[in-house]
Amino acid sequence: MKEFLEGSLAVAEIIKLCRPGVVSAYPITPQTHIVEELAKLVADAELDAQFVNVESEHSAASVVLGASATGVRSYTATSSQGLFYMAEVVFNIAGMRLPVIMTCANRAISAPINIWNDQQDSVSLRDSGWIQVYAEDIQETVDLHLLAYRLAEDKSIMLPVMVCMDGFILTHGIETVNMPQQDEVNKFLPSYKPLYKLDTENPLTMGPLADPDYYMEARYAIHQTHKDVLKLIPKITAEFAKVFGRQYQGLIEEYQVKGAERVIVAMGSVCGTVKEVVDELRAKGKKVGLLKIVTYRPLPCQEIYTALKGVPKVAVLDKALSLGSYAPLAAEVKAIFSGKKKTTEVISSFVAGLGGRDITKDSIKEIFRMLNTKEKACEFIDLKPELLKEQL
Amino acid sequence: MSEHLFRPGHTACAGCGQALAARIVIDTAGPNTIVANSTGCLEVFSTKYPESAWMVPWIHSLFENSAAVASGIEAALIYLGKKDSTNVIAQGGDGGTADIGLQAISGMWERGHDILYVCYDNEAYMNTGVQRSGLTPFDTNTTTSPVGKQSAGNIRPKKPMPEIANAHGIAYVATSSAGFPQDIQRKVKKALSIKGPKYIQIHVPCPLGWRHESKLALQVAKMAVETGLYPMIEYENGSLAAVRKIQPKPVEEYLKIQGRFKHLLNDPGALKKIQEIADNNIQKYSLRAESAPTN
Repeated sequence: MKEFLEGSLAVAEIIKLCRPGVVSAYPITPQTHIVEELAKLVADAELDAQFVNVESEHSAASVVLGASATGVRSYTATSSQGLFYMAEVVFNIAGMRLPVIMTCANRAISAPINIWNDQQDSVSLRDSGWIQVYAEDIQETVDLHLLAYRLAEDKSIMLPVMVCMDGFILTHGIETVNMPQQDEVNKFLPSYKPLYKLDTENPLTMGPLADPDYYMEARYAIHQTHKDVLKLIPKITAEFAKVFGRQYQGLIEEYQVKGAERVIVAMGSVCGTVKEVVDELRAKGKKVGLLKIVTYRPLPCQEIYTALKGVPKVAVLDKALSLGSYAPLAAEVKAIFSGKKKTTEVISSFVAGLGGRDITKDSIKEIFRMLNTKEKACEFIDLKPELLKEQL
Repeated sequence: MSEHLFRPGHTACAGCGQALAARIVIDTAGPNTIVANSTGCLEVFSTKYPESAWMVPWIHSLFENSAAVASGIEAALIYLGKKDSTNVIAQGGDGGTADIGLQAISGMWERGHDILYVCYDNEAYMNTGVQRSGLTPFDTNTTTSPVGKQSAGNIRPKKPMPEIANAHGIAYVATSSAGFPQDIQRKVKKALSIKGPKYIQIHVPCPLGWRHESKLALQVAKMAVETGLYPMIEYENGSLAAVRKIQPKPVEEYLKIQGRFKHLLNDPGALKKIQEIADNNIQKYSLRAESAPTN
């Protein structure tokens, strides 16, 4: 059914349809509308779940950890400082192979404190073991949550998924959304049947100490499962298409990449802006394109390589930094081409949109303009030179 | 085969008060119990993969979050309709309780979860090598409150956890001691008969950290109670409901059998200060018995 919905309300609605038994969260801008709506749905008995109001994000993540370990589908949402505060638990949830789903309303990291969008928060937790997917628009955000539960709870995977949506741009933006029906969702996502759970009928110990004789294998197993995730996502999206009629490749999306001479690689809502610019420039005969990364963890290296290997000039657009080194996504795209026979002429790295600075169509055009034979490393777009003279 | 729900074969030190108390707690709670355990000695010595001493469903996540993990377990059990038939216990050491875990515990109490929290209080971070915690007593020699030219050990008295628990308006708060196994049994039984949040803090000797002979563990634990330094008390609905009466012994009797207090023994001024702590407890909780207790 088509509805005109704010992104946060659309997330709450799809979570309701996914039928979690425990929801726990701590408020942080711009995640708040999601959890407010879920609290209301529980209060109105439209969602049969325990809503646990906690005293911190650390406890929010710990509550869904405990609930998931007890065999109940669980959900949380956070952003920025909240994600960092729960970081220890985030790693722990993945290590314990619990299929928790979390929405990260992407927001900049303090200091300076800033409530607006970039992707520094979730990108900083890319090594946590969570599957990470990035949404371009509200429809994709909705669909990724549904895919996330299905993927996380697959018996061959059993890993948590973080669905990343750009703060304000998607959480507070309003779009027409094709919201799935409950019976369709039930068909695609049956009730959660855990492999292992805390159960007095069948007592087991979870979270034991693993000494040097056992630790590496536990970590290796997660790393191997990430490879299985790459194989499973296209199968699940194919099934999704059959039930809901919407097609996703799920790992990456190629937009006018075929025959392109210059391609921007990006994640999240900025891809919509890039597509518009690509359309405009293509109309003028410029051979440009976009490679959207949907699944950032596991990183679909082979798919990225296959898509880009014929492209002479590639620009990687990061909305996050690894201060003192290369921008995170750019470094990884470069690593994909390291030692390959077929390579690109140039992989330039651009950083834009930090702390909510608008990435306009002009910003994207500037990136295409600067994408020439001279390779750029961490080139900041839309910096204000007059501010750099002041002491921030 | 042992009938205990906490089985032998774990790697606790000889004379470990925590291992003893933990076994009594879980045996009393029974098999319909799920345990969330903080990081610490108990977790390390009982669940080194691929072995586990626990015959009940048991989970360890992190140091400071056992109360929040237990909250999630309880919420899940309510959702599943299994809460009424299942006890949930969260447990940790004094550091995991009074220091790093206090926020999560406060949240758990304030939200009113039906969970028993058990603190095994051995009065320092024993797992990492006897560093002081918020429950380390005044003037105790630990590796981070060492005795020195200008130091007589830990500079602060124990954080009043039972009072902090009580301030949350929870239905049942008690202290107990590994020296009194039947008291632990009674209090755990009572706590689990009450719906809502409960707190029991059990004094558990650590021969390694307190530096006493392993065989003296129970004696040391009893002496802490009998000097008034570790009052065994019970609060019900915010009011002091019961205390274990004692015929107070001088604190020196307790201090002299432990290396962690050795520096105080030849210092009458220091001994006087410790005696004052015991005397205050004796007065505050009316611990003094009219005649000798029977057990």
